[in-house]
Amino acid sequence: MTGRACIVGIGETRYARDKAWSPTTLGLNLDAAARAIEDAGLRIRDIDGLMPFPNLSSAEEIATNLGLEELAFASTVHMGGASPVASLLHASLAVSCGAANYVLLPAGWTGYSGARARQTVMTDAASIPGGGIARDYYIPYALTAPPQWYALLARRHMADFGTRPEQLGAVAVAMRKHAQANPNAVMRGRPMTIEDYLASPMIADPYRLLDCCLETDGGAAVVVTTEERARDLAKKPVRILGVAAGQPRPADEIVSRKDIFRIGLTTAAPRAFAAAGVRPADIDFAQIYDCFTFEVLQQLEEAGFCKRGEAGAFVEGGRIEIGGELPVNTHGGLLSEAHVLGMSHIVEAVKQLRGDAGERQVADAELGVVTGFGDFGDGSIAILGAPS
Amino acid sequence: MTARPLPQLTGLAKEFYGFCKARELRFQRCSECSAWRHVPRERCGECGSSNFRWERSSGRGRVFTWVVAVRSMHPAFPSDPPIAPVVVETDEGVRLVSEVVDCPPGDLAIGMPVEVVYDDVTDQVTLPKFRRLG
Repeated sequence: MTGRACIVGIGETRYARDKAWSPTTLGLNLDAAARAIEDAGLRIRDIDGLMPFPNLSSAEEIATNLGLEELAFASTVHMGGASPVASLLHASLAVSCGAANYVLLPAGWTGYSGARARQTVMTDAASIPGGGIARDYYIPYALTAPPQWYALLARRHMADFGTRPEQLGAVAVAMRKHAQANPNAVMRGRPMTIEDYLASPMIADPYRLLDCCLETDGGAAVVVTTEERARDLAKKPVRILGVAAGQPRPADEIVSRKDIFRIGLTTAAPRAFAAAGVRPADIDFAQIYDCFTFEVLQQLEEAGFCKRGEAGAFVEGGRIEIGGELPVNTHGGLLSEAHVLGMSHIVEAVKQLRGDAGERQVADAELGVVTGFGDFGDGSIAILGAPS
Repeated sequence: MTARPLPQLTGLAKEFYGFCKARELRFQRCSECSAWRHVPRERCGECGSSNFRWERSSGRGRVFTWVVAVRSMHPAFPSDPPIAPVVVETDEGVRLVSEVVDCPPGDLAIGMPVEVVYDDVTDQVTLPKFRRLG
């Protein structure tokens, strides 16, 4: 890719489950956006590209309320939790070809104080690409919510490869441990052991409560521009070395796939690694979209960090904890920091590569991976490099 | 209690569930490449053909995977006793979400042989479900 793109600004709001706090979805998007623009050392009017998260705040209302003067590029990627990382691909293309100079990617929602995710799927068949299929072929059988869809895959993986509950639990425990070193993590101050995990109640067997991500209020945003423009800005740019998105086949239905474990990441990851010219073994940390514990195992396999069927053993023994071979979700992830739609995974990767991650800093972090996962298995992956 | 959610009987879903009401489990089969498919689609995902027939399934298959909905996430479905949505793979190689009736979740097993039964949930809608074989 000529004119390589960079991430030059990051912003976050408070993340919380707090009955005394009732932010709006739009307000969270705007607050995170304003902080990302300020972090980059840009003025609001410099932003001429906008890629909002799907089905939340529109480009029109964000642009109007931020006070953007000229919006040359506005677009949304409809891939659920895979959207923010996939938007890095679209934003990179936009700045590389000159369609826009500075593209803002905001995301934010009231996952705790507002409508819950499962209610969205139940009441609005159009909210996800397979919504009509879920309405006609899943929901009549009581298969109604995301933890249930993915628990079907987790059980099959356990049967095919001997993956054990303790291995799913190792993911939850690692995320919780990392959250203890993150001042903005909702689960800071609430450490968890594998015994706590195993004792947590079943929700969607084989998923326990502690296999499931948090429902929180919060927003996060990043700003993308070219390497050339980045030279004049406040922060050293984090380079987007490779980025790709992909879809399972079929993408709108989860049980009929010939290879039941193949997801969008399966085909996207090799493209991203090839573009970056690096291998999974070169990566210093990975922020993996962790809606549920098994999806972390599945993505580690499909991204090529280990072979199909081996992720259970891979996540044990502290290997995915800070100080281990591949620290995963150093901020605590959706499981223990907050559910910020995947955008906080990008923000955390940038902090790590800038060397700004404080007490949770991964030593000598030069190369990081961020993944996104959504809508029955759409996938996205970015390989990011520290400022040169 | 909220009314049970039902499929919307339009288009191909109307045809599929219409056969179920007549006590026939039929899936689409491509007239060009003979690939079976479900959920119903306008075109074959293997060869792209729009020509198909509704062919009768053997009605037999095996449990491919399942989840126990221990905590209900929909007001129409009780959590006591919990329902266990299953994925059945039929002899034709088609997979569908369903339920194994009269089978406590603790008795489910991957590979368990099952055969179709029909549950008239309303006057209009019949859902294909399965029962244990043998």
